[in-house]
Amino acid sequence: MWNVLPGSRSVAWLVVGVVAMVLLAPGTGHGQGAAPAPPSDLVAADHPWDNATRIDLSWTPSPDDATLQGYAVRQRATTETAFTLVDIVPRGTTGYVVQNLNQQAAYLFQVASVAAGGTQSLQIVTPAPVSPTMQWFDGERIWFLFTLVMLSGAVIAYIVIARRGRPLTLRRIAGLEAVDNAVGRATEMGRSCLFIPGVLDMNDIQTIAGLTILSRVAKTAAEYDAKIEMPTSKSLVMTAGRETMQAAFLAAGRPDAYDVDSVSYVTDEQFGYVAYVQGAMVREKPAACFYMGGFFAESLILAETGNSIGAIQIAGTAQPAQLPFFVAACDYTLIGEEFFAASAYLSGEPDQLGSLKGQDVGKLIVAAGILLGSLGTTLAELSGSAIIESFVRFFTDRMLT
Amino acid sequence: MKRTVPLIITAGGGFVLVVAYFIPYTQNWGELAAIWFDVLAAVAFILGGGNLLKTHLKRMSDRVPGWAYSGVVVASFIGTLAVGLWKVGVNPSPQFPEYAWSGQYRQMGSAFWFLFQYAFTPLTATMFSLLAFYIASASFRAFRAKNLEASLLLGTAFIILLGRTFAGVTLTSWIDPETWSGFQYMTGLRLENLTVYVMSVFNTAGNRAIMIGIALGIVSTSIKILLGVDRSYLSKD
Repeated sequence: MWNVLPGSRSVAWLVVGVVAMVLLAPGTGHGQGAAPAPPSDLVAADHPWDNATRIDLSWTPSPDDATLQGYAVRQRATTETAFTLVDIVPRGTTGYVVQNLNQQAAYLFQVASVAAGGTQSLQIVTPAPVSPTMQWFDGERIWFLFTLVMLSGAVIAYIVIARRGRPLTLRRIAGLEAVDNAVGRATEMGRSCLFIPGVLDMNDIQTIAGLTILSRVAKTAAEYDAKIEMPTSKSLVMTAGRETMQAAFLAAGRPDAYDVDSVSYVTDEQFGYVAYVQGAMVREKPAACFYMGGFFAESLILAETGNSIGAIQIAGTAQPAQLPFFVAACDYTLIGEEFFAASAYLSGEPDQLGSLKGQDVGKLIVAAGILLGSLGTTLAELSGSAIIESFVRFFTDRMLT
Repeated sequence: MKRTVPLIITAGGGFVLVVAYFIPYTQNWGELAAIWFDVLAAVAFILGGGNLLKTHLKRMSDRVPGWAYSGVVVASFIGTLAVGLWKVGVNPSPQFPEYAWSGQYRQMGSAFWFLFQYAFTPLTATMFSLLAFYIASASFRAFRAKNLEASLLLGTAFIILLGRTFAGVTLTSWIDPETWSGFQYMTGLRLENLTVYVMSVFNTAGNRAIMIGIALGIVSTSIKILLGVDRSYLSKD
């Protein structure tokens, strides 16, 4: 039985326990040995080629480095009173990049050795405050710039090659071949075509790609004398859509047939827009529906309604989550890159077709990167080679981020 | 001129923003461009509102079939705009109690809040809920085993659907690693594990392929528009 009031023997054990705990407690310098020697020569300097958010620290390791857990790095802005812990880096480390700093502030840094038990040495502090400074180029983005130049260069090179008259062949895209047929069907049935440019604004590339397709659809509709309607959910899209449609009717030689009210604004609210379009589809029963742009949950509601009224439907979006819905409910779906290739494909202009070939070179570059990364990772795992491992780390951490 | 000026603005704005991404001194230009866009969109909203009124008033005037719906739209638009602008039912802000209109127009209990809470939100939820029925009808059509590809799709869908329900987990719970000593890898055939495998391997691989294609398409389209190669969205001179 445990007594609430312990006897003298229990008191003796309690005293022994308390004394042992005090002696073994971290930081007393007895249970874990003496505090380790601190590092020396702490230097803080601005990180080169950055956007004024980083400072490089370097120091000479402690003479006790081999027995340490690591080094504790702390920072303090000159306007603050206390240092805050930034990180504890492993032993053997002689430098650290402090990130997320403010260009307007000056900082002091502190580094201390941390023994295996957690005991810390005296801290060494940078002699003077240091501020991060901004350079004219962000070196962290050099590999992104390199990739961008490679991809853009390939596109531009093929545009130039196409301009010189070299014939380019493209694979057939069924969804785009069907555009003319869909408009023709609407004409024969005496019904309208409905063009939905998505629910995103003009600052989204999908809306712009959708409008370039509208240009072709509207031109065909003008040639066939078919009616085309385009309700929009953004005012700027309405304005841009009117310009595009007017240009298309002019290009078809039928500027008089252009009706400014065929492009109208409904509402910015997603489901308010869906309610309007769905109602219009059920009432007016368009024979051809085009969904080209950025879509979210409304994709299936619209496409299923179009399916129920028997319209021929062609969709294109760069929203991967909406693609299965369009595939299930539409006759043709332009998947990802096909959607962006549509304008070039439909125009047939050499300049634009050249850009598609350039895209293919981009695919080759990406495929080579995937192959290199997969092979490197596999080889590093199988051989245990430090060189291959460091290459893979450089490839994934620096080149691909 | 009508075509050249927009092209110059597009190319200039686009290239400046691309360069700004790499030059720290100009990195806030992107935020500035976003503010400009918001200003443009706000002004364009007046055009949109005007167009909405024009379209629906014309329908009412022409007595086209369903013109009564246009009446509802116009009444709702003007009503909501009025209670929002006049801040009907809004109490003055505690900071400026002497000014009657200093409160937030969306303040709880105000007329605008009431319309939003008890008219707009339920209507939106109603439209969204239709999605459940459309998913069912689309699935019914998509999962017909018409050919080999459709059969594979059906089989995969069946695994995913079952693997994410309690029934699916129970169906293959007999594949127990303790019972099947030495055949622990067989637990991968349990429906919940197959679901994870399909989603994390096949689905992720397919998604990434599409994403890479989209990224390349965006680069190509952007270059075409910035260089003025694709001008189909612009009007003629």
